[in-house]
Amino acid sequence: MTHLPYIVASYALGLLVPAGFGLAALLRMRAARRRLAAVDPRMAASQ
Amino acid sequence: MDAAPSLAPPRRNLHRFANPGRFLRLSGRVLPWLAGAAMLLLGAGLGWGLLGAPADWQQGDAVRIMFIHVPAAQLALGGYLGLALCALASVVWRHPLADLAAVEIGPVGAAFTALCLATGSIWGKPMWGTWWEWDARMTSVLILFFLYLGHIALVRAFDEPERGYRAGAILALVGVVNLPIIKFSVEWWNTLHQPASISLTKAPAMHWTMLAPLLLCSLGYACAFAAIVTARLRAAVMERRIRALMLARAQAAG
Repeated sequence: MTHLPYIVASYALGLLVPAGFGLAALLRMRAARRRLAAVDPRMAASQ
Repeated sequence: MDAAPSLAPPRRNLHRFANPGRFLRLSGRVLPWLAGAAMLLLGAGLGWGLLGAPADWQQGDAVRIMFIHVPAAQLALGGYLGLALCALASVVWRHPLADLAAVEIGPVGAAFTALCLATGSIWGKPMWGTWWEWDARMTSVLILFFLYLGHIALVRAFDEPERGYRAGAILALVGVVNLPIIKFSVEWWNTLHQPASISLTKAPAMHWTMLAPLLLCSLGYACAFAAIVTARLRAAVMERRIRALMLARAQAAG
């Protein structure tokens, strides 16, 4: 395969960006749900 | 002739999603499907693009960078269009979720624009012999990146969030002028960047063995973008609810 380092760098970025943002969003969502359950259990349970 | 009074039920508009509980329930149902579709489509598209699609007769295997670069560019523009629509919904209809959605789209759109610029640069080095050229397409996409950064900074720059949202909405709406400049830059100016290979009005300028994985990647990244924004928006709605409840309790306590 020609230009391998360029292709590897592109695919690494192409996977890392959505994976990183997805993981960060998931952790933020879980933390928010935990805090909401402590403050307003009814609303947290209704989701 | 007098018009008969309408017996139709009230028009169902976007404001019905303004209820946080309803939004959380609906988005909670949609999110796993979006995330699952993103993983499946990206797995298939990137795998096919990397291992199954043929090398280009001129560019060799470097053409495989297209499967990342083109969807990232589409989402950089599409994300900004979404940001501008949220700004419009905020300014015109005062939709309560529009401001939050704009705040959450900003960083994701900026990341995909950075991905587009980075992969374009990585693709440009072996093909053009340079990492960067100040040509119309690249410069206008760089301006798009700065517009995203400006929006991110502006919505967080005020003590009163509403003022930040309003300033960010105005910037988002003004920045829309950059989108047609990006799209038509390769036609209006003599640029190093190639013209579009896919058009709604013409037959694609590439073989289906390259087009099919590209479409899979475009759909996969679009689902990933939507899933990330939905998850961030869910978190933002819950955080706003927590802040409101804490404030109400503090005020009630005296």
